[in-house]
Amino acid sequence: MSEAQQAPGEPYLRISGLTKMFGPFAALKDISLEIFEGEFVCFLGPSGCGKTTLLRAIAGLDIQTTGTVEQAGCDISALPPAERDFGIVFQSYALFPNMSVAKNVAYGLENRKMSKADIRRRVNELLELVGLPEQGDKYPSQLSGGQQQRIALARAIAVSPGLLLLDEPLSALDAKVRVHLRHEVKSLQRRLGITTIMVTHDQEEALTMADRIVVMDHGKIEQIGTPLEIYREPGTSFVADFIGTMNFVPGSVRGPGRVSMGELELVCDTDGLADGAHVTIAVRPEDIVVQGVTAEDENVYPAQVCGLEFLGSFVRAELASEVTGESRLLADLSINLMRHQSIAEGDSLLVRVPKEHIRIYRGSVSHE
Amino acid sequence: MNEISSLTSRIAGWTVGGVLAALFAVSTAWAETLTVYTAVEAEDLKKYAARFNEDYPDIQIKWVRDSTGIVTAKLLAEKDNPKADVIWGLAATSLLLMKKEGMLHPYAPVGLEKLDPKFKDKGSAPYWTGMDAWVAAICYNTVEAKKHGLTPPRSWKDLTNVQYKGHVAMPNPNSSGTGFLDVSSWLQMFGENDGWAFMDNLHKNINHYTHSGSKPCKQAARGEVAIGVSFAFRGAKSKAQGAPLEIIIPSEGIGWDMEATAIVKGTKNLKAAQKLVDWSVTEKANKMYNEGYAVIAIPELAKEVKYFPPGIIEAMINNNFEWAAENRKRILKEWQRRYDSKSEPKS
Amino acid sequence: MSRAAAEVLSAPIVKPKASRDDRMMRAFMGVIGVYLLVSLALPLYVMLSKSLEDHDGAFVGIANYIEYFSTPALAYSINNSLYIATVTTVITVVLAFTFAYALTRSCIPFKGLFKSITMIPILVPSLLPGIALVYLFGNQGLITGLLMGNSIYGPIGIVIAEVFFTLPHAIIIIITSLSIADSRLYEAAISLRASKLRIFFTVTIPGCRYGLISAAFVVFTLAITDFGAPKVIGGDFNVLATDIYKQVIGQQNFEMGAVVSVVLLIPAVLAFMVDRVVQRKQVALLSARAVPLEPQPKRGFDLVMLGYVVLVSIFLIGMLAVCQYAALVKFYPYDLSLGLHNYRFDVMDGGGWDAYYNSIKMALYTAFFGTIVVFSGAYLVEKGRGFRHGRAAFQFLAMMPMAVPGLVLGLAYIFFFNHPDNPLGFLYHTMAILVISTITHFYTVSHLTALTALKQLDAEFEAVASSLKQPFYKTFVRVTVPVCLPAILDISIYLFVNAMTTVSAVIFLYGPDTNLASVAVLNMDDAGDIAPAAAMGMMIFYTAAGVRVLHYFGSRWLERRTQAWRVR
Repeated sequence: MSEAQQAPGEPYLRISGLTKMFGPFAALKDISLEIFEGEFVCFLGPSGCGKTTLLRAIAGLDIQTTGTVEQAGCDISALPPAERDFGIVFQSYALFPNMSVAKNVAYGLENRKMSKADIRRRVNELLELVGLPEQGDKYPSQLSGGQQQRIALARAIAVSPGLLLLDEPLSALDAKVRVHLRHEVKSLQRRLGITTIMVTHDQEEALTMADRIVVMDHGKIEQIGTPLEIYREPGTSFVADFIGTMNFVPGSVRGPGRVSMGELELVCDTDGLADGAHVTIAVRPEDIVVQGVTAEDENVYPAQVCGLEFLGSFVRAELASEVTGESRLLADLSINLMRHQSIAEGDSLLVRVPKEHIRIYRGSVSHE
Repeated sequence: MNEISSLTSRIAGWTVGGVLAALFAVSTAWAETLTVYTAVEAEDLKKYAARFNEDYPDIQIKWVRDSTGIVTAKLLAEKDNPKADVIWGLAATSLLLMKKEGMLHPYAPVGLEKLDPKFKDKGSAPYWTGMDAWVAAICYNTVEAKKHGLTPPRSWKDLTNVQYKGHVAMPNPNSSGTGFLDVSSWLQMFGENDGWAFMDNLHKNINHYTHSGSKPCKQAARGEVAIGVSFAFRGAKSKAQGAPLEIIIPSEGIGWDMEATAIVKGTKNLKAAQKLVDWSVTEKANKMYNEGYAVIAIPELAKEVKYFPPGIIEAMINNNFEWAAENRKRILKEWQRRYDSKSEPKS
Repeated sequence: MSRAAAEVLSAPIVKPKASRDDRMMRAFMGVIGVYLLVSLALPLYVMLSKSLEDHDGAFVGIANYIEYFSTPALAYSINNSLYIATVTTVITVVLAFTFAYALTRSCIPFKGLFKSITMIPILVPSLLPGIALVYLFGNQGLITGLLMGNSIYGPIGIVIAEVFFTLPHAIIIIITSLSIADSRLYEAAISLRASKLRIFFTVTIPGCRYGLISAAFVVFTLAITDFGAPKVIGGDFNVLATDIYKQVIGQQNFEMGAVVSVVLLIPAVLAFMVDRVVQRKQVALLSARAVPLEPQPKRGFDLVMLGYVVLVSIFLIGMLAVCQYAALVKFYPYDLSLGLHNYRFDVMDGGGWDAYYNSIKMALYTAFFGTIVVFSGAYLVEKGRGFRHGRAAFQFLAMMPMAVPGLVLGLAYIFFFNHPDNPLGFLYHTMAILVISTITHFYTVSHLTALTALKQLDAEFEAVASSLKQPFYKTFVRVTVPVCLPAILDISIYLFVNAMTTVSAVIFLYGPDTNLASVAVLNMDDAGDIAPAAAMGMMIFYTAAGVRVLHYFGSRWLERRTQAWRVR
């Protein structure tokens, strides 16, 4: 089924108007989404945002209250999981503890009119694929967490499903193993070309692995986009806050292309907001420039370094200024820069907030 | 299949196989089976069935044996859906109750005319026929009596003597047929008022009431009490086993009841049931009853029974079974009101 | 949220299509649900309605209850029952707490042995301690003098027998609650220089309070619903449980029996509900991470505790030893020569040796079919998909038997199965009805054991299996059952032992071909044949104990064969 040919541009998975109610509580609100063949899509959001609920609805494990799911052109909205076409991997691995690794991987291959020899061949091939050959006779409990998760992956892809669902697959693993497995899973997915959805609450994981990210909050989709789009152009203040670090400063619109932050006026894209509207100005710490800034440049103001936090490869500086009043900005300064300019606490310097990196959101932001 | 699950399923297979084999390994080939409810002493049941089978080898008897109260309760409980074919060896008072409830099938067995008129229901097709009489008696443990310095009682009224305080056990008439026959005989002998007054006094000496009629005698045999109000047959049996008992027939006379036989209405095995009832009034059967009971339905055949005290027939009161059956509920209620709250908390 | 709700109203609600698995699961759940309905809910309903009818089946409202409460002898039984249950509860909980304290907080040797000894009472019918007491304290008793003129027949005897009978249940619960203690709390208390007594009352007791409450209610329920002990040793001290028996068996007054049953149901149901609430809180405590407390040797304290534990063990073993002695003596107290005279069960009431073999058969059937029914039922409740109301109803039914005393269940079965219009009437008096009633009577504990084991399984096995297009029963047989094998064996042995020892429900249900050993003990004692009753009681003990030992070694062997995957 996974080989089914589709017209180019037709989405492989189309979700429309999906709502899931748990009693009076809406866990998913009117979700619509399209996923294309061979894509790696991440559902990203804080816990309780509905990402796992959405995944389980796609799998048919917890069927939505209203709305439709189409896979490869077929309406699968009401089908039970066994009649859908997917493989799934869970955070807990869910390996059958009383079966050997090989039996686990072979589980889905049984009753498919495959000869025993064929099954054995396929199992070995899969174990090879996930980098665990010669481990077939062990029991899951004899393997490390990372190894177990690879077995779970092998088991899920054994039957060549059209869709691979990963539910926080790396969350239970140690930090190092997790980073290593990210690459492995991603490259495996590339090689197989299998359409994949992964649920995660780890933005780094999503940013490094996904072709597209679906950011969710409170049962709604906040933004869909490539990792770069999500990071560079967060569509909402929630996304801006959730992904990476962001300075949020209250301000108001002062005519087209101008906003005020305290006494300071900044030039930026105001996106047609009305004059005098209360807004939140957002800028990432790494976008703030302190090197080679001259007073004539656009969006420049004098500031004082009132705190430095050493974070390994860079230093986060807290910048106060009379012109910005209460609002202090964080700026990430590379260690290199620190060495060259020998910036220390209490120093005064000129700060530039590049116009193209300023984002304006309506209203005030409650986070932080 | 992998090894674990194959082992699991093999074990399951053995178990299922074993269970099925056990299920089918029942059933023996009898032409007919009769379910017979009885209160006859457990140790005699095999003998009764074996003697019957000497003459009717094709009919298997399936005994349901319990104390009189329980068998009566069971029969009444199953009134709408009877399980028994025949009742063989249950108190006549109980059978009268069932006759009243319309649960019995009338039948005149072959040889009915030989029975003592007392030992059969009236009418040409009697609802029940008697087997033997089962008479009240006092089981008196001589060893314990000596220990406590008691003198043997000679009459019922003697039992109210203060020297016996705490030494007497008797059956609760609410659960025991023997208990009820005691109470009903006292009420008949002494009259309602004096009867209850006698029991009021007796109650003061009672150590405890038992659920079963044979238990007081067995307790007396073990010395658990010195005196057990029970029945003669039980006393004789215990004495035969070596218990230091004296069986006393009180001078006022003794209550008695019959063990009797009846066919349960609606039986699916009427023919076989009638054969059993026919046999139950034969001389052979009467001689068999006589092995344990001194008084039987064909009095001419009666022989003395070892360990039985003499003078039983003379002491038996003219028991009015109809009266006893009719007043049963009232008597039991009154008895319960007076004595069953013995253990009420003292406040 | 309101927008979403509006959305739900406007868009068509998706009706999930049931898969073949779903349909099969629902069918199975339906079958087991019907089983519980027929074996529990319907009989209870019939019994309740019977208590509102007169002898001829006409509806009389609460007339029977009015009659009941105006009969002083019957109403006194309520007081007596409450009195017995309360005194038993206090004594048992104190004894059990001290015992559990010795096993968890002292350094006495042979803890495992002592713990096994406390389990003895579980292996015998509750009639047996009563019989032992007759031989110990009866009028011809071995140590009657200790009672100083008081009679063992009555409250004293009942309470001692009930304490014997309920002790293991209380000890198990309290040991569990004492073993979850957090040693850091004690370290904190010591560093604050609290006195030992103060630590005991401010740390130890509060730490196991739920265990104590739960134990108290379990003991109370067992004592108030038990029928064996008051039957044998109660003399004329009437309690509710013996009243039911007397009303039904002695007086054929079924309606009044139903009334007493309902009266007995009330404290049992109340105690059950309190226990459930408390259990839940205890579980919440359990999940907290704690540093386990390791007892430190303290010579004096350990010696005192050892003395106490030995004393209790002597009490428990002594009761059995007395019964065994009584069973072998030829004619107590006049002929003390030993022999097997009292084992000639065939010439006595109660059904003879057949009753013993029937009991074993019944226990095997109960263990076999009961384990299948209970485990499958628990699996469907825990792992079933959708069908939420059905599963909740099923769970409710599965919890109910715990609150229903055996006598009440047995009486309800008479009403229900012996009704002439009941097509299941053919079951009456058969082995099948004994097995059904026993499975139902002991359903709840087995169900909870199965649920606990199932909850420890990964919740996603079924999801994975269905994504791999494998039917649920395959996963059930190949994964769920093998992984839960230890729990399954526990359930089967629990059912077996209880089927061997139970009297209460089956007393109303056995038939001519289905006498049981435990009932034979009762009937032989009832007829005054107390020594054979003791002999039969000991046969039950040896069988139950033997099967337990077999079970122990059998499951060790099985574990080695099949649970290799557990070790790393």
